[in-house]
Amino acid sequence: MQTVKMVITGPFSAGKTEFIRSISEIEVVSTEQNISTDAEKKEKEQTTVAMDFGRITVDDDLVLYLFGTPGQRRFDFMWEILAEGMLGFVVMVDSAKPETFREAKSILETFRAYAPTPYVVAANKQDHPDAWSADDLRIALRIEEGVKLLPCVAKDKESVKGVLLELLYSILEEMDAG
Amino acid sequence: MPLQGNLRDFSTTQLLNLINLAGKSGTLTFFEGKRTGEVENLGDQKRERIVAGQERAAMSFRSGKLIFAKMTGQDGSLISVLNKAGKLTDEQARIIRERAKNTTDKALALLLINANYVSQNDVVTCIQQHTLDVVYNLMAWNDNPFRLDEDVHPDGSRIQVPIDLENVIIEGARRIREIAELNQHLPNLDMALKFPDNPKEKFKGIHLSVEEWRVVSFVNPKNTIRQIAKANNMSETEIRRVVYGLEQAGLVEMVKPPGMEQAAAGDRRRRPPQKPQVQRVTVNRLIDKIRSI
Repeated sequence: MQTVKMVITGPFSAGKTEFIRSISEIEVVSTEQNISTDAEKKEKEQTTVAMDFGRITVDDDLVLYLFGTPGQRRFDFMWEILAEGMLGFVVMVDSAKPETFREAKSILETFRAYAPTPYVVAANKQDHPDAWSADDLRIALRIEEGVKLLPCVAKDKESVKGVLLELLYSILEEMDAG
Repeated sequence: MPLQGNLRDFSTTQLLNLINLAGKSGTLTFFEGKRTGEVENLGDQKRERIVAGQERAAMSFRSGKLIFAKMTGQDGSLISVLNKAGKLTDEQARIIRERAKNTTDKALALLLINANYVSQNDVVTCIQQHTLDVVYNLMAWNDNPFRLDEDVHPDGSRIQVPIDLENVIIEGARRIREIAELNQHLPNLDMALKFPDNPKEKFKGIHLSVEEWRVVSFVNPKNTIRQIAKANNMSETEIRRVVYGLEQAGLVEMVKPPGMEQAAAGDRRRRPPQKPQVQRVTVNRLIDKIRSI
């Protein structure tokens, strides 16, 4: 049985767990912990402390694993472990939270340093009234033209499929390029 | 929907770059940052939530060019701008203000040019300089909420002089770089200061500014630089500039205050990256599967 791994990363509350939950065939194995303070609860009730784990079975011989990284820097010791052997990665960005853009860019650079694998950037929460457009995000995050920056709504399965397919197309393109 | 955020996350230079590259039109408004006392959570980082208060300044753009800028409470009328630039005397400005109360800036500019008070070039240059002064002043702001409304445009009676943003961004970036260099030199305001050995010798013949004396009076290994800044009501940039000067002159040295923890070592050794051995056919099978979900 061959297993293939993709990593879904991004800042705290960017929508990584939701993304995996939308497409995984199994109930996502989440290592989430209740958030303790009221201030943090305003953002979300739980946060991932080690990783999320989702699965897509292609057939008896091939399985795709989706690993979601914890967003907080204090858990970044997990990032490198999760990045090991990944086929590619998705950087999730909360398009409605410009205060997280700098962190998103930093995470992107960190993962690029871990492994020279293809990646795409998902401009999540595009259904939010305050969401920055993908074009504006590209400029804000200084994402190169050759890198795909895709509008995304992580709770919408079709949108998640679109992001994963674009990542796979990028992987094919890189294989073609040699 | 308007683009909005806070300058602490997205600087004025970055905003101007975005507007320039995207060729945007509209008005970028900056607000007073109202502290709410609420804590917002950004992963590991916690900080006070700041919401938009009163309008403080605005810049307007057409097709990615700066065409207008104003500070709230500042008289940006043509008369004031020309007076400030020395093109009109105080007396001339007072008389024109009285006689042309209901005249728009555009109409007034025509009258002044026809009456040979000023040339067209004077008007354009002075308005341009006023606009740039406002913008460069704004570059130093770093904690204000902003909003870009693409359907809001300046009052048509105002004189609008299109200015390419590239040069504005370069100059703005230069000013910010100066601040960044200070930050780089003095990244941790939780360090303390102490006098070097033989401080009397070092201070001999040195003339310090009032601000420097104020800082020097608090120098003690128990006081962090942040505490000194707070006691003197100085911004982070101001205290950095002063401490940098004192340190370069050998008048103070940086030390860790008692109880300061060692910064966590973030440079763990990394294994060389490994690419997974996956064939093209495998990727195609994954594509087919995801399409079919």
